[in-house]
Amino acid sequence: MPELNVETTARLPKRSTAGRAIPVAGLENMPWWVIILILAGLAATFVIFTSADYTSIITLLSSGISLTLYVTFFAYFFALIFGLIAGLMRVSRNPVLFTLATLYVEVIRGIPLLVQILYFFYVIAPFLADRVPEPFDGWFRSEVNEGIIALAIGYGAYLAEVYRAGIEAIPRGQMEAARSLGMSYVQAMRYVILPQAIRIILPPLGNDFVSMLKDSALTSAISVKELTLWTRQRSANTFRPLEHWTIAALLYLVMTLGLSLIVRYLERKFAIPK
Amino acid sequence: MSEPIIQIEKVHKRFGKVHALRGVTTSVRHGEVLVLIGPSGSGKSTLLRCINGLEHIDSGQVVVDNIPVTQSAANINAVRAEVGIVFQQFNLFPHLTALQNITLAQQVIRKRSAEESQRIARQLLEKVGIPEKADAYPAQLSGGQQQRVAIARALAMNPKIMLFDEPTSALDPEMIQEVLETMMLLAKEGMTMVVVSHEMGFARAAANRIAFMDSGTIIEDTTPEQLFANPREERTRQFLSKILH
Repeated sequence: MPELNVETTARLPKRSTAGRAIPVAGLENMPWWVIILILAGLAATFVIFTSADYTSIITLLSSGISLTLYVTFFAYFFALIFGLIAGLMRVSRNPVLFTLATLYVEVIRGIPLLVQILYFFYVIAPFLADRVPEPFDGWFRSEVNEGIIALAIGYGAYLAEVYRAGIEAIPRGQMEAARSLGMSYVQAMRYVILPQAIRIILPPLGNDFVSMLKDSALTSAISVKELTLWTRQRSANTFRPLEHWTIAALLYLVMTLGLSLIVRYLERKFAIPK
Repeated sequence: MSEPIIQIEKVHKRFGKVHALRGVTTSVRHGEVLVLIGPSGSGKSTLLRCINGLEHIDSGQVVVDNIPVTQSAANINAVRAEVGIVFQQFNLFPHLTALQNITLAQQVIRKRSAEESQRIARQLLEKVGIPEKADAYPAQLSGGQQQRVAIARALAMNPKIMLFDEPTSALDPEMIQEVLETMMLLAKEGMTMVVVSHEMGFARAAANRIAFMDSGTIIEDTTPEQLFANPREERTRQFLSKILH
């Protein structure tokens, strides 16, 4: 069959991708881990909503979720700002700015996040609260605010390096072209470099967002009543650790998977057309 | 062709141990087209980049349209507003469409409205021959088309001078002509141009002067006819014999 052969060769690349659409041939391409998770999730949902015990536990623990999300979003928001400022200082040619930012990044990255949170809570926040004028000092006496700022400072150091890597990944010609059109350094950053760098660093930024959600559990150490502290208290009061910690783990999993999906959507939305 | 718009006097530039420019003196007058040729590493691109302050000179003086190109940010931005540059690697902004590439600096620097800058951008895309590519992103354009968008982007700032840094060296052979034709059009309109290029056809057709550079100095600076027919210096002759077949 000579004609058929010609057609087969000519369409070879197309056929190989089309082959994946056939279910049996594409078994190895299925995201099995997603399917297993969905099945496990369905089973868990079934158990939770058919058992009165679990239903009451999840209702109680849910009140911790809002604070977990609150701490995560605000801490990440401030970390993005701290990171951007420190990242821009890290690529600056000004030696003072560069040195200050490098000190910040190296010191913070060398200390466990939990220690940073405790240090901020026991040392820095009381120090500031005693010196800030009357109406504002209360701000530093709220453990939620303290947790948010401590997390933001810690994550800012990591995000600074993410921003720096993103900015340095943009070819030098981009800055030269922007400057040659008469733009200042700041304008070139704002309109040309950062819009491209952000697209490059969206995946690591998203990863850090998910990590932030998990690390928000550390603020339980300074008595922020988020999901982890709620779970600890409830399970201690009821002597039912298995049920409480299983539910807590599931709730974290649902939140992190949800965030991952949002991040993937954003990556696709902001991709530069090829 | 009257008084010089670019004056370059005894310019020295070092990159670490490399002495890239060794006392270059030359000038370009209004409406003149100067083509710089020479072996790689001879300093022609460096000289070009000193004219709009992309490289800072170590000593000597560069004056563009009566503004000295110094380290002062105000002077450099003033000079860059007068001087457009086209790079070997195009350097289009990949996150913006062809049209947005051309409107960005108009809006940010020249403070033109969105409508006005778009009108100008579409006129320029028409001029460089690709009006239908206004909404394409750089990655969707061929090299020749990208370079023509880059030329339009520079022209949108109404420069008095256009610099070209090996504008066709990164192009596939079949796309060189379309870019050269656009440059030819500019030369005919009386644009002052300094061009680093080994396109001898372009030099012959459009250049008023052609300068041969080697080891950081201008060896010979004359008309294209004179240089091709009867080069004065032995080094020029050797170089031309290598690039003209």
